[in-house]
Amino acid sequence: MSTHTLSVLVENKPGVLAHVAGLFSRRAFNITSLSVGPTTDERISRMTIVVDGASTPVDQVHKQLEKLVRVLKVVELEETAAVERELALIKVRIEPHRRAELLDIAAAFRAAVVDLDHGTIVLEAVCSPGRLDKLLAELDGHGTCELVRTGLIAIRRGSETITDGKDS
Amino acid sequence: MFDRKELLVHVTGAQALVKSLENQGVEVVFGLPGGAILPAYDPLRDAGLRHVLVRHEQGAGHAAEGYAWATGRTGVCMVTSGPGATNLVTALADAYMDSVPVVAITGQVPTAMIGTDAFQESDITGITGPVTKHNELVTDPQRIPAAIAEAFHIAGTGRPGPVLVDLPKDVLQATLRWSWPPVMDLPGYKVPGPPDPAAITAAARVLRAARRPVLYVGGGVIKSGSHEALLELAELANVPVTTTLMARGAFPDAHPLALGMPGMHGMYAAVTALQECDLIVALGARFDDRVTGKLAAFAPHAKVVHADIDPAEIGKNRSPDVAITGDLAATLPELVTALRAVTSSEGPADTAPANTGDWVRTCAAWKRAYPLRYTQEPDGPLKPQHVVEQLSALTGGDAVIVAGVGQHQMHASQHYSFTKPRSWINSGGLGTMGFAVPAAMGAQIGRPGELVVAIDGDGCFQMTAQELATCAIEGLPIKVLIFNNGFLGMVRQWQELFYDERYSEVHLGTSIPDYVKLAEAYGCAGFRCEAPGDVAAVLEKALAVTDTPVVVDFRTHDVEGVFPMVPAGQPNDGIVLGPEFSAAEQAAATRREVP
Repeated sequence: MSTHTLSVLVENKPGVLAHVAGLFSRRAFNITSLSVGPTTDERISRMTIVVDGASTPVDQVHKQLEKLVRVLKVVELEETAAVERELALIKVRIEPHRRAELLDIAAAFRAAVVDLDHGTIVLEAVCSPGRLDKLLAELDGHGTCELVRTGLIAIRRGSETITDGKDS
Repeated sequence: MFDRKELLVHVTGAQALVKSLENQGVEVVFGLPGGAILPAYDPLRDAGLRHVLVRHEQGAGHAAEGYAWATGRTGVCMVTSGPGATNLVTALADAYMDSVPVVAITGQVPTAMIGTDAFQESDITGITGPVTKHNELVTDPQRIPAAIAEAFHIAGTGRPGPVLVDLPKDVLQATLRWSWPPVMDLPGYKVPGPPDPAAITAAARVLRAARRPVLYVGGGVIKSGSHEALLELAELANVPVTTTLMARGAFPDAHPLALGMPGMHGMYAAVTALQECDLIVALGARFDDRVTGKLAAFAPHAKVVHADIDPAEIGKNRSPDVAITGDLAATLPELVTALRAVTSSEGPADTAPANTGDWVRTCAAWKRAYPLRYTQEPDGPLKPQHVVEQLSALTGGDAVIVAGVGQHQMHASQHYSFTKPRSWINSGGLGTMGFAVPAAMGAQIGRPGELVVAIDGDGCFQMTAQELATCAIEGLPIKVLIFNNGFLGMVRQWQELFYDERYSEVHLGTSIPDYVKLAEAYGCAGFRCEAPGDVAAVLEKALAVTDTPVVVDFRTHDVEGVFPMVPAGQPNDGIVLGPEFSAAEQAAATRREVP
């Protein structure tokens, strides 16, 4: 699936998330993931929005987002020029005879064990999206019973920051 | 503007709202009070602005739109929370689709009650988010002046649109320090800057090189006030001009280069010129489906120059070869200058007028061969087209014509000969039944002393007819010409053409209500006209009334359709001329021939 990652700076004001989410639904744009959090400036929040490029005209998404009054800046981050990460918490049922195998998989993906009881284990994985998909595939045979993902966050590689350069 | 003494004045939120509207230069507010907005209506009594008490909030919204269409200024409406606010939604959606600058003030339940399903509570910022350019729920009374100033700034700049400001009752009752002008806080709001000179030059070059160019003129030309530059450009480059439903009046219909309206019910010459052209210069237009027909088959040989103030319109439906983002008020004069420069630098031997002569003649021949055609038998049923043409002749273009949506709207747009901008007001994008009467009311207030004529269908009229009471009480002498064919005519036409004449729920009947009695009940003058020969005399009588609104019940032919027509979703090549043309003429038209 071809995806596009948009980093969006928005004013930290009530209703902004609703305006952004409403734009996607009314224009029939497909969101793959959306994550929101504060920035170093408390007046500004940052959204990372991943859209499906096959079903959604990314140029239109970009321009329509720019038109929202509370949106400050929209930057498309190309995969090769950005560090992309996603955090997942994965609850897996432990079959006693395969416990070592499970821990080996976790170790190979640098997934930490953050909770453990006699029947289940909770793994915390921080990966690029592709790697996370691989981990989940590996765990598939181990009875993954619950999954929660933060959605992608991304930042540009190198010294340039999102607030540099022209308002695009 | 800036009054130092006022810096220290403490006022209520309601007073701040009214003072802000005054300082914003608002001359009229269309509204209807209710619980949550009550605090604002108290200082309004003493305000230096006019309030028009409507009979339904939708009427307030459309009146604000009509005022804005007619004057170019931002229209203002004010209503209460809950149902008052939700009744505005249609008008806001209408204004959003047609880029009409409107500021809507809504009352809201007190902040402490928001979210509790309180009496007359509705999440109006949530509801109107998709149909406004911007909206805000104001929770800090100190922000009221800035919120109002920002609303007007956003509504009226860039691509205009509606902005809603939601004011909880306690915020209106609280006290704040008044100061004006407030500091606007809009770090994310961008108005496009001047057009890129390189793009202007590129556009001038392709225009000069084109052999079969067409100007595709949209509502942006009227909104930017650039109709004079448009005329200059069209004549300089000798290019035929099509004016969309939103742009009627941007270019005089009687001009030899005018091809009229393109699109689903456009003139054959306008539709066909766009299909056959080698260059479209789109000016403040958005390649709407009602213009393009089946998009993939639209103007297959054409390069596209697209100039618009909204960057998101460029490439939304059709990829341009040259994109010019910016205000047409700057773009059009610069394009004229650039075209002159290109022509002089590249030599007069191959000038654009010489290039386009054959094409202009071809378009003119199409116009002559396939005009709008209808038959008015002297003793036959009254044709709506005949009424429009009589009105056009009688007024000479010197009127503001207002329409809703449907057959009456298309007949008005097609058969009235427009001479100037801001003389045509209608519901274009949303297609709102019931738009005409309240919009005419707003237009009449914005253009006092001028002739404002609403052409309305009987179906449309009945949706908002109660604003006749407002017009009568306010002394607004609008003329409402009802094309009473007893049907939801356009829907009937589609059932005739596309549903095997299986008419389903489209018959309204011509006699209930009795529109003459209804008019009189509302304090208006009422006339009825059934005979074609009486039209001119009845119109003259109606137009002569200047002290009350007038309603004329024109009993029009119930089976008359709107033609030409491109069926929805079909390529524009398949334009149907209609029953007034022979099979041979239709065949020749389909082959682009002039018989």
